[in-house]
Amino acid sequence: MTVTGLSCKECGTEYPLEALYVCDRCFGPLEVGYDHAGIDAGSARRRIQAGSSGIWRYADFLPFASPPTSAIEPGLTPLVRADRLAEQLGVGEVWIKNDAANPTHSFKDRVVAVALAKALELGFDTVACASTGNLANAVAAHAAAAGIDSYVFVPANLEEQKLLATGVYGTTLVGVEGNYDDVNRLCTELAAERGWAFVNVNVRPYYAEGSKTLAYETVEQLGWRLPDRVVCPIASGSLFTKIGRGFEEWRSLGLVAGGLPIFHGAQAAGCGPVAAAFADGDDVCRPVRPDTIAKSLAIGDPADGPYALDLARTSGGSIDAVSDDEIRAGIRLLAETTGIFTETAGGVTAATLAKLADRGEIGADDSVVVYITGEGLKTLDAVREGFAMHEIEPTLESFAAHVPERGAVAAPALTRMI
Amino acid sequence: MAVKVKIPAQLRPATGGEGEIEVEAETVGGALDAVFAKHDGLRERITEDGDLRRFVNVYVSGEDIRFQDGLETAVEDGAEVTILPAVAGG
Repeated sequence: MTVTGLSCKECGTEYPLEALYVCDRCFGPLEVGYDHAGIDAGSARRRIQAGSSGIWRYADFLPFASPPTSAIEPGLTPLVRADRLAEQLGVGEVWIKNDAANPTHSFKDRVVAVALAKALELGFDTVACASTGNLANAVAAHAAAAGIDSYVFVPANLEEQKLLATGVYGTTLVGVEGNYDDVNRLCTELAAERGWAFVNVNVRPYYAEGSKTLAYETVEQLGWRLPDRVVCPIASGSLFTKIGRGFEEWRSLGLVAGGLPIFHGAQAAGCGPVAAAFADGDDVCRPVRPDTIAKSLAIGDPADGPYALDLARTSGGSIDAVSDDEIRAGIRLLAETTGIFTETAGGVTAATLAKLADRGEIGADDSVVVYITGEGLKTLDAVREGFAMHEIEPTLESFAAHVPERGAVAAPALTRMI
Repeated sequence: MAVKVKIPAQLRPATGGEGEIEVEAETVGGALDAVFAKHDGLRERITEDGDLRRFVNVYVSGEDIRFQDGLETAVEDGAEVTILPAVAGG
């Protein structure tokens, strides 16, 4: 597949493959275009299967003229069949796409690998980003591995784990007094002033393409078939819509057959502008001020909100919002039934799956892929004070005396909440 | 009120390269109208049927006008009105 140029998603105006992201004519977002002609599904599949063990196996579908490389290659994360979870929820076939298994433990490694490779190709020597945390980790790590400078802008009140797991890579970490939308506004202004590649601002059209690899992997790991439904978190809406685009591309090229999946979006109630617009029948999102434990989804003014709404509606899906308590329960549900410990964003997604199952929206024969985008160790506060630890002397007697048989209740004085 | 309107790089071809335009206005909408009066090409780029296009964000001294009174948001003397693309982030 040949990458042809950028075009405006709103008015269709075309632009060259440069560090551009906004249409000069109508301010709409730019998207990468490809020439699909001449693609043979059989040979495309063989090229993929002979490719690398990460996202570059899909290079034919990414915005590069020649095969990209990177110091860190994300992708090919596990797609785990979750029968215990499916049984508990009373639904058919549930698959967990565990994208916490990426190099910096979130799906952001995919988009950053693509953005960084493109930034280097375009001649940039510095990368930057506005981040809710996971992107910060990925930009700092990939820049370090590539040996280029990076600037990472985050809300100053971010989880400590995400700050530490950014600073360790030796980036210039900037904590901004304000929420993510304030950080994003600042970075939009800075991108015009500095000659840096802001991965999610001026090279965003390329960056966003990286999320398509989640769709490609899903199809390949399911044995070249499409799921019936997907459940995916929505922050800006970019991941959600690009997974849709990935499925559509492969379907139109004949790499996979069947109907497109039904798309279910997941947001936190404390920051659910897309869910609110869906519920109200609006085609644009009214911005909100985030107040949720799901900080990685705390974007009050989602750039791709209108497109996420389109996809949920045209596919016959939905967009739900779940409370902080439901998020905590979602984290526990996933951990206790699959052995996967996810961060708050994954709690939002798991809780939304549970909600859909509860409403009877998922049929007994449906296959559902659930996108778990990040790692539980990054948001430990979400599970703090949730469990009891038995504290004993190092003797058999103390164990027998103080640790109850399974199902019995321990004396409260002998346990400590952690 | 004397208000400074900051023009993003993408729109500067329509202002002859000017990045900041001083106008007199009482509201954000009034400030934008005053800018359009000077540079008519800007109007169709950021508005449609009298409203802002859906991928245009406008801030008064850093605050999104959708959290205030939209185009009716009052502006104080010396205020900065910033126009920015809405398609960044995430």
